[in-house]
Amino acid sequence: MRMPAPDGRTIARRGELVTALRKIVPGEGVKADDAELAAYECDALTAYRQKPLIVVLPETVEQVSQVLAYCHREGVKVVPRGAGTSLSGGALPLADGIVLGMAKFNRVLEVDYGNRVAVVQPGVTNLAVTQAVAGRGFYYAPDPSSQIACTVGGNIAENSGGVHCLKYGMTSNNLLGVEMVLMDGTILRLGGKHLDAPGLDLMGVVCGSEGLLGVVTEATVRILRAPETQRALLIGFPSVEQAGATVAAVIAAGVIPAAMEMMDRAAIHAAEAFVHAGYPLDVEALLIAELDGPEAEVAHLIAVVEAIATKHGCASVRASADEAERLRFWAGRKAAFPAVGRISPDYFCMDGTIPRNRLPEVLNRMQAMSAEFGLRVANVFHAGDGNLHPLILYDADKPGELERAEAFGAAILELCVEVGGVLTGEHGVGIEKRDLMEVQFGPEDLAQQQRLKCAFDESGLLNPGKVFPTLCRCAEYGRVHVKGGQFRFPELERF
Amino acid sequence: MAEVQTAWTAQEAAEVIRAAAAAGEALELVGQGTKRGFGRPVAADTVLDLSGLAGIVRYEPEELVLTLKPGTPMAEVDALLAEGGQMLAFEPPDLGPLFGQPTGQGTIGGAILCGRGGPRRLSAGAPRDHCLGVKAVNGLGDAYAGGGRVVKNVTGFDLPKLIAGSFGTLGAVTELTVKVLPAPETSVTLRLEGLSVEAAVTAMAEAMGTPAQVSAAAFLPAELSAGASQTLLRLEGFGPSVAARAAHLRATLAGQPFAADLGPEETRAVWKTVADAAPFANAGAVLWRLSVPPSHGPLGARLAARLGGRYLLDWAGGGIWLELPPAPDAHAGVVRSALHAAVGHDGHATLVRAPEGARAAVDPFDGAGSPLETLTARVKAQFDPGGVLNPGRMYAGA
Repeated sequence: MRMPAPDGRTIARRGELVTALRKIVPGEGVKADDAELAAYECDALTAYRQKPLIVVLPETVEQVSQVLAYCHREGVKVVPRGAGTSLSGGALPLADGIVLGMAKFNRVLEVDYGNRVAVVQPGVTNLAVTQAVAGRGFYYAPDPSSQIACTVGGNIAENSGGVHCLKYGMTSNNLLGVEMVLMDGTILRLGGKHLDAPGLDLMGVVCGSEGLLGVVTEATVRILRAPETQRALLIGFPSVEQAGATVAAVIAAGVIPAAMEMMDRAAIHAAEAFVHAGYPLDVEALLIAELDGPEAEVAHLIAVVEAIATKHGCASVRASADEAERLRFWAGRKAAFPAVGRISPDYFCMDGTIPRNRLPEVLNRMQAMSAEFGLRVANVFHAGDGNLHPLILYDADKPGELERAEAFGAAILELCVEVGGVLTGEHGVGIEKRDLMEVQFGPEDLAQQQRLKCAFDESGLLNPGKVFPTLCRCAEYGRVHVKGGQFRFPELERF
Repeated sequence: MAEVQTAWTAQEAAEVIRAAAAAGEALELVGQGTKRGFGRPVAADTVLDLSGLAGIVRYEPEELVLTLKPGTPMAEVDALLAEGGQMLAFEPPDLGPLFGQPTGQGTIGGAILCGRGGPRRLSAGAPRDHCLGVKAVNGLGDAYAGGGRVVKNVTGFDLPKLIAGSFGTLGAVTELTVKVLPAPETSVTLRLEGLSVEAAVTAMAEAMGTPAQVSAAAFLPAELSAGASQTLLRLEGFGPSVAARAAHLRATLAGQPFAADLGPEETRAVWKTVADAAPFANAGAVLWRLSVPPSHGPLGARLAARLGGRYLLDWAGGGIWLELPPAPDAHAGVVRSALHAAVGHDGHATLVRAPEGARAAVDPFDGAGSPLETLTARVKAQFDPGGVLNPGRMYAGA
């Protein structure tokens, strides 16, 4: 993975930078020991590692502002980091950059039940928000599978989803306000406990900007009253086509389940062997549909979905009788990634979205690719919204397998775009899908996104090398434009 | 009288914009023009009429997506979605009548670009939450696309959210992809009669805090409802569910002055009145829309009493419509200082309607003079460096 060429002069100034940063963040907040830096060398995309130059762990918004202003003045690159659970390498450090860790911003500042909002610091974990309000029967809806570890700040950077986002939305749809700091140290507030922006919806682009536009120092999120009842259906199908047709028919019937998850044969077998959830092993596809709401609604919808599944020729269907059984239905799905980790030394978790009606075709072509690349693949799928997670199994110790796995992953994502989908549904572009951006977007599209980056960070010092396959050339954008699909700088360096 | 140029295709729009950029001229972009009185007056010699960029490109009900041209009339969109048993969940208001236009004349482009959601915005989000993909032409005449046509997508910056609510200042939109959702099977409105505004806001907060999934909550004071004030709570969904939730709500709010429920037909009518701010479709008066934390809803009543106006509360109190008598500054000083004294940074006031002089003299959108305006101006400059597209529509400097 190529990253922007490190600046030797910055690396040579390390001692001086440490001294200056310690004046802003005293004590243990500036880390420069090799052993301490090693803990930050990667995020959850562990295939790529790089020790940062320095790690800074500020505690106040003023410190964040001063650190960024200092780095801005000195031309030092900054990589923001939450809990480091990104699956796309969003927090991969740079050899000549500092990592700005937000872990110390770990307090829930306010819960306002009357207005149904919580104000939290960005280092609070996703699950901790729900835990802070659960006593009064409330919860925070976005639930990425890393929710015990991932932070609200990281969720905002990645616009994280989760299994319930078809019905309850992604982070962006549940975020009401942020306090953030721009690369030049400016402290800004966007939104708050109220709805909608006064002018342009800048928070709308900050959310999901993967640490390229600013550093969030406080978040106001919407909390919801938890549903009275949750029940799940476990449905086995003799073919992927029938499972896909069932999902389409459920939505056509006007039902938006709280979650609809699909697993293919390989994923079912890996999960069942790991957690013994009681999944049928003689089916090609397994669907978990969760319905939530008042008792009367759930009972009604369970019957509706069951009838649709039966009509589409399901091999088995079972409704959870109690909470223990519902959790058992989920246990296999929730353990699908570690289950695959058990049967393979390494795996890549991909994340594309496709129009759902292309699912059978995409899975068939993926099987053909699997044979071609000589690597196994298992699929879990947020079926309701078309978000596919193929898991590519490989062994990094075998020469050439990592590269083959990368090529297989790229081919899958290109296939997603070819059928009308996108490169990433919830994990972000980061470095993982950076060089594929041109598959989905034309030069004008990318140029416009990079121009937006220039409005927030003209210096290009905030998280460079992520999301875009070329660096932003803010000075040039002011003078020239893309013409006839040809960017004016064909010689522009690619990573 | 400004010259009018009409674009029937994205390419024609790009040509007009490129020519204007080369000549250093500004364009006012319009669809049907029903909300032309919203925002600051645009100083442009030429109007670029985009209403001809109309029509459905692709409707895939089972994928929950609709791709269409921005000039497509809302009436056509509503009819198409009704056929598929679906809806735009943000409940777009028909604001034309507030500006003296006939009802039902707006376009989907206008509905998205003005960024306003109706009563269901409280529970289902705004246009920005349902705008999945956009194609547009920037102020240099370059076409760009953002987002996609699937419901779940985090690839690159979320430009569709930025475009929703941008009033044509960041691009001439040439295509939109929106998320569509199943329309509810049935609906009911529970009514509390005769509550004070404070009691109504408390009751609405209590209702919103139950698991009854109230989709909309509004308060019409006595002067707008022929006698006793009305506190309205809407439930939508499948029949058995709506019945169960209505019973739950009645039990939770036991002791409140319940009046007879409104059935599906009456529910549709009353919420359209709230969405469109229909009581204020009297073009003479000044009209503000305040967004505050719901518990601050009574601020609307206090300002109306103090300035001799009328009000209604949507969004459980968080969305205040405030109609005031004409004034040279449209009462901007009083309204904004009272608002920010009450809520600090948790709210803003938008001047929706005022005589042209007042619209040019006061900033219709909050945030002028703050770091927010500086950043907004920088964003505008990156989409439209020459200030060709609706310059000054949102802020004087952007």
